[in-house]
Amino acid sequence: MIVRILGEGQLTLQQSALDELNKLDDELMAAVRDGEEAKFRSAMDALLARVRELGEPLPVEEIKPSDFILPSADSSLDEVRDLLSSDGLIPG
Amino acid sequence: MADGVMKRMSLIFKSKANKALDKYEDPRETLDYAYQKQLENMTQLRRSLADVATARKRIELQIKQVQQDSDKREQQARRALEMGREDLARDALTRRAEVQQQIASLTPQHENLVKQEENLTRAVKNAQAKVDAFRTQKETIKANYTAAQAQTRIAETLTGISEEMGDVGMAIQRAQDKTAQLQARADAMTELTATGALDDPLAQLTTGDDIDAELNRLSSGTGVDSELERMKLELAGGSTKQLEAGASGVAKPGAIQDAEEVKEGDSK
Repeated sequence: MIVRILGEGQLTLQQSALDELNKLDDELMAAVRDGEEAKFRSAMDALLARVRELGEPLPVEEIKPSDFILPSADSSLDEVRDLLSSDGLIPG
Repeated sequence: MADGVMKRMSLIFKSKANKALDKYEDPRETLDYAYQKQLENMTQLRRSLADVATARKRIELQIKQVQQDSDKREQQARRALEMGREDLARDALTRRAEVQQQIASLTPQHENLVKQEENLTRAVKNAQAKVDAFRTQKETIKANYTAAQAQTRIAETLTGISEEMGDVGMAIQRAQDKTAQLQARADAMTELTATGALDDPLAQLTTGDDIDAELNRLSSGTGVDSELERMKLELAGGSTKQLEAGASGVAKPGAIQDAEEVKEGDSK
């Protein structure tokens, strides 16, 4: 499967990593929903770190859709909430 | 799973690409349109990089000016102490502390911009590689076009490239927000300086300020004193009389030295 981290690029991961990533993602989603800044930050960092650790960067010449997309590492809680609530914020 | 951040975001991008695909009867046109958009994105991306570089240079200049101001305050304090004016030295050091605070607030801004610039430089490089790859890929797809087969591949390519453009678009937006913030702050500073609400470090450097004025007044005062002593000496007709005058408390020891120097100068 292919995961994109906005601002960093795409990575290929084994399908077997999905369960673990989903767990981390659930924590992230909960933090966004609850608006808890500290929880959000640590959940984001944990998820991104794991994706980077398990993933192999996709060659830049490859143009493929991602199965999953993650916000850029320096996104704030508000930015992520905006990203999820309205697609108007994503240019292009 | 559909509730997670990762999945939601990818669905948002997919729906964007699908909307674009729906706009054209022939999906191949979508590819050309996306390519045009990508070229526009590249131009914007390069412009953003230039803006960030300019902002970074501006802050570097500001830091340099403020640093010079800080050094100047230190010299002032030293000079004032030499003249026995602790009050002026304290004044100069107080202002130096204020200036140091400015440096402390500018430094993280500078670091932030350096990081932005690095990110954008990488983004430009990657985006250019993608543009080149996309140009080739879309021509291949168009050349081998059979509606039934191509539809899926076009949809995939388009989603991939629209993700890429969304990514680049956000990098641009982020850089623009950052430079706009800094610009607003710089403008506000200029305005405050113009109305006299803030000290302008640069103006102080070029024209001097009240501490300088006071120190200069003191220095020129010393000059006047020594000149007076020299004149007294001349009128009295010798240095022995002057020593007597010194003993009576009129002249300072420094004044004698000054007078001797003047005499040496005269003999040349």
